[in-house]
Order: sequence, then C-alpha cells, then structure tokens
Amino acid sequence: MKENLRTLLGAGWLGWQMEANWTDPFLFMIYSVAKPVSAALILVFMYIVILGGVATESTAFAYIFLGNAFFIYVGQVLFGVTWVIHEDREHFQTLKLIYISPISFYYYIIGRAGSKILIATVAVVVTLLFGIFILGIPVDAFTMDWALLVLCLTVGMACLVSIGIALAGITFMTAKHSGGINEGIAGLFYVFCGVVFPITQLPAWGQSLGYAIPVTYWLEAMRKALLPAQQLEGTGLHGIENFWLVALLAVSALFFYFLSILIFRLGDYLARRAGKIDMTTAY
Amino acid sequence: MNYAVETKDLTRIFRVKKRRRRRSESKGSEQDVTALKDVNLRIEEGELFGLLGPNGAGKTTLIKILCTLLLPTSGKAYVAGNDVEKDPYPIRRIINMVSGGETSGYGLLTTRENLWMFSQFYGIPSKEAKKRIDEMLEAFGIWDKRNAKVRTLSTGERQKANVIRGFMTDPSIIFLDEPTLGLDVNASRTIRKFISDWVRETSGRTVLLTTHYMMEADELCDRLAIIDEGGIVACDTPRNLKKTVSKASSLMFEADYLRDPDKLKGIEGIQNFTYKHNGQMNRTLLTFIVEDESAVADIVSRIVEQGAKIHSLEKREPTLEDVFVSLVGKGLA
Ligand SMILES: Nc1ncnc2c1ncn2[C@@H]1O[C@H](COP(=O)(O)OP(=O)(O)OP(=O)(O)O)[C@@H](O)[C@H]1O
Ligand SMILES: [Mg+2]
Repeated sequence: MKENLRTLLGAGWLGWQMEANWTDPFLFMIYSVAKPVSAALILVFMYIVILGGVATESTAFAYIFLGNAFFIYVGQVLFGVTWVIHEDREHFQTLKLIYISPISFYYYIIGRAGSKILIATVAVVVTLLFGIFILGIPVDAFTMDWALLVLCLTVGMACLVSIGIALAGITFMTAKHSGGINEGIAGLFYVFCGVVFPITQLPAWGQSLGYAIPVTYWLEAMRKALLPAQQLEGTGLHGIENFWLVALLAVSALFFYFLSILIFRLGDYLARRAGKIDMTTAY
Repeated sequence: MNYAVETKDLTRIFRVKKRRRRRSESKGSEQDVTALKDVNLRIEEGELFGLLGPNGAGKTTLIKILCTLLLPTSGKAYVAGNDVEKDPYPIRRIINMVSGGETSGYGLLTTRENLWMFSQFYGIPSKEAKKRIDEMLEAFGIWDKRNAKVRTLSTGERQKANVIRGFMTDPSIIFLDEPTLGLDVNASRTIRKFISDWVRETSGRTVLLTTHYMMEADELCDRLAIIDEGGIVACDTPRNLKKTVSKASSLMFEADYLRDPDKLKGIEGIQNFTYKHNGQMNRTLLTFIVEDESAVADIVSRIVEQGAKIHSLEKREPTLEDVFVSLVGKGLA
C-alpha cells in the first residue's frame, strides 16, 4: 500500500511537472483552461442559436449548459490517460521502463491523470461561473446540495479514470497514437448519456445503452446537486430519489471498473505478445 | 536452488504483417522472423554472463523476454525461478534493465529529478534514493550535470544516467543490452569497472550483458554464450572458449584489393576465414584460422594467383574473435 502511494505521488509529481512546464503561467492558463472552456461555450451558444433563442434562465437551458460544463471532465480525462501512454512510449520512450518496474500500473495512471483532473476542474469551475454570473443560470450556493456534489463528483472521477484505464489497455496495443479511441468513446458518451438532450429522445436501444453507462447518472446527479429545485422533466431519471441515483451511479461505475480491469489486462497481454510495449513508430 | 535465469527451448517468432490482402500470399511464413530458436540457457546466481552475437542474432529479444516486456512464442523462461509469462510481478521486483544507445527519459526533468522519479517506482524511501543518486552521479562523473535538464545531456551523459537508473534500485539481476554502445573509451571503462565491481561487491548479484565488443566480453564475463541467428552456438568461460581454437592459430593478411576473396575458401587445413575490404586503401584484410600452418603456402599462392600483392602477414594468439569466427563463420565488426 505504501508502495502504491509512492507510485501515485511520483507519477502525480511527474504529471504536474509536465503540465506546469510552461515558462509562462499565463499561457499555461490560456491553453489548459481557456481552451476547454471556450469549446464548451461554443457548443452552448450553438444550441441557443439552433433553438432560436431559449431563455438562458430556463430549465432546458440549464440542462444543456450544465451537461456541457461537466462533460469537460470526460473529454479531458479520457484524452489525458491515452495521451500519457502515447507520450511515454513514443516521446519519452520510458513506457518500457515503467512497465518493467514493480508498480501497479493503475496507480501510475491515476497519478499522471491527477493533474489533468485538477486542471479540468479549474476549467469546469470557470465555465460554471460564466454560466451563473453572465448567463444567469440560477445556481445558488446556499440551496445547492453540496453533499451530493462531492460524493458524485468523486465517484464520477473514479469512474472516468477507470474507463481511461481500459482505454490505456487498448492504447497499449495500438502502436500509433489513435486519438480516435478516446474521441470516439467521448463522442459516444456525448450522444448517449444525456449531455444536451435527455436520453428519452433516443430510440429504445439507445436509451438502454444510456442507462448502462455511469456517465448518464453522473451528469444527472451533477445537475441535481447544483439545481435541486429546477429539474427538467422527462429525462428518464427525473424524480428519482437521490439515494437511488447515487446507488445507480455506484453500481454502474463498479461494473465499468471491473470491465475496465478486464480490458486493460487483455490489452496488456496482447501488447506483450505482439511486442508493442516498447515499440516506437519513429516519426 | 533456482537459477538466476533459465530458459527451456525458448522460441520467439515475430509475425510480420503483410500489407497485401491476397489470401494465397498471406499464407507463406517467409515473412515471419524467428528471432530465437530453442534457446536453452542457465545462468547461475552471482554470474556475470555475456551474450555475444552479430546484429540480428536475437540478443535484445532474449533480454526483452527476460525483462517481462515480451512474451515467448513457445518454450519457457524463468527469472529467479519465476515464469516470465505467468509471474511477471515477482520478477519486476528484483530486476532492472539498461539498454545502450537509447534516448529515453523525461527531457524536461533534471537528471536528478528523473532518477528520483524512477526510484519512487521501486519503493525506495525518498531520502535514501536521493543519497544513492548523488553518490552514483559522483561515481560516474556527471555530478556537475545533476541539475541539467535531461534533454540537454550528451549521448554519453544520458547513457551514464541510464546506467545509474538501472543500478540505483539495487536489483538482484540486471540486464544490460550493449551498455557501452557509442561511448568513448573512458566512459566505457568507467561503466565496465562499475559493472564488475558491482557484481563482486555483494554475493548473489547477477548480470546478463550483451555486447558486440569482444574485448568487453573477454574482460568482463565469467561465462559467455555465443548466439547466432537465434540459437546458442557455444557457452563457456572465455578461457575455455579460446582453448577450443588454441590448437589452431590465426593469420592475418593484408593484400591488394581482392576481387573475389571467396575463391580462397576450401583450402585444406583452414578452419575458417573472413575478409574485410578497405576501399579507401584499396586493400583487403583476410583473417584465417588454420589448424595446420603449412596451409600458409597455399593461401599465399591463391592470393598471388589473383594478381594481388601481400603487404603484411601477422600471426596472433587466438582471441574470442577467432572463436566467434570459427563458430559462426563470420566476423562481428
Ligand atoms: N518487433 C519486431 N518485429 C519484427 N521483427 C523483429 C522485431 N524485433 C526484432 N525483430 C527481428 O528479430 C531478429 C532479432 O533481433 P534482435 O533485436 O533481438 O537482435 P540483436 O541480437 O539484439 O541485434 P543487434 O546486435 O543489432 O542489437 C532480427 O532479425 C530482427 O529484425
Ligand atoms: Mg540488440
């Protein structure tokens, strides 16, 4: 356990060194925070235009806005984890050295992803503040459900990291960096997890898929935590009690956790068989 | 007692995927590379063991399998009694690996930071790690580079840092893949001395080292395996290996450029021979291992037949190189 903690801290420190390797902290903030924030806001404004001017105070708008804001985490974490494998293998050529060290690779990944989560958090907070103060989304610090927020945010992060670990296993096997994997998965989640529209809008099979992915419950929980009194109806999860929402999130997250371990192990095995752990494509 | 390393009919085949889709062609196995073929090897605890072989012989492949980076295609490999395929974790606790001529490392960290970070993956308490790292930076003469970013280090400095990374975790078994590749004479000597001191300092430490340099193998290794085309062709102490050719002697000729040196094959009394052209000097260097020195007359006349002059002739005591040539049928360099 102590050794795992050492791995976690070592990797976390490394991750932070990489993130903060910008000579100019201002540029660093622009790049790491402003980029995801503006990406989320662009989408939000597109919806305003497409929907022909929804009132930004409306429940529907809050649904879209909060979904997009928290979805920043999904993109950043999934990208971050696959990128770690890619840059360790290709750029630094250290993946093989880390691979043959007596660590649990999970702790390494979590450590490296830690700083990415931290930065993504800043981006999410900035986006939320923009929504609250500029667009007038009626989030109120006094009526917010802080307990639900903290609990579900933690479970949600754990879940995203474990999905990331599964992607890491897949990235092991692909010698080239396939940005496609994380973007593909993130895109899938964007459509099927009720980010901008409730999953009840999907065909039946799509709804079933949505109900199977923890991100769906997680986003619903985030919205509920921030706006307990103003919930969109007909989301498929509307009116569900907090306890059950958390339970569904936890159960689906646990399922994804075991699935991701399985996928990681398989990817690890196949990569070792094919000799891909230390392969560089030399570009 | 377990061997430090043991392999049983270890085989590794690389399947090289074809670009073409046509079924009839994709069946052929000519694209598959057999990097290791039925390798049987036993390295005792405490040995400094060398693997000597030409390019593409399978040395790196063997090291990768033993380091748990690569799986065997068939056969078995054990490190300290653990199956590389089934029990990689206990192996990883007691090994480390350094390979020469590579540029790995987090370029944005300093030498010391980079080493410290790796030490954390081996559960070394931070303070202890820093102490060890500083001592070794000093010993390898790169103390003044301790706070330099890794990306600014020269090839040799990087390689030294890499060697430190391997040894600082105090492994029981270390795998060194051409650890002195591309280093100058002094740096190579420092590293060689470190390796031989290290293995003798505490009992039970084992080194498996690959090299192209005969001198290095001869000077360092307790035992050597000569590997060629994925198979072990000989395995013994350097001394015994040399004995096998000692009844023979080796003759080196320097002659004018020979158009067709292969014609010199098949002279009676010759165990083996190799040649090298030196285009710049317009000369050919020929090395013969002869069982019977009366073959000299034949050799000389065959060279002269080709219209070439002989500029020098030298007789040497057998070296590992001669062993290699007599076994593999070609030189190393
Ligand atoms: N990933 C791979 N895919 C296909 N073939 C490979 C792969 N790795 C190695 N080989 C082949 O396997 C054979 C053995 O390679 P290996 O790297 O083990 O040789 P080596 O003895 O280390 O050579 P060198 O002295 O040049 O380092 C070579 O023919 C090589 O081309
Ligand atoms: Mg090699």
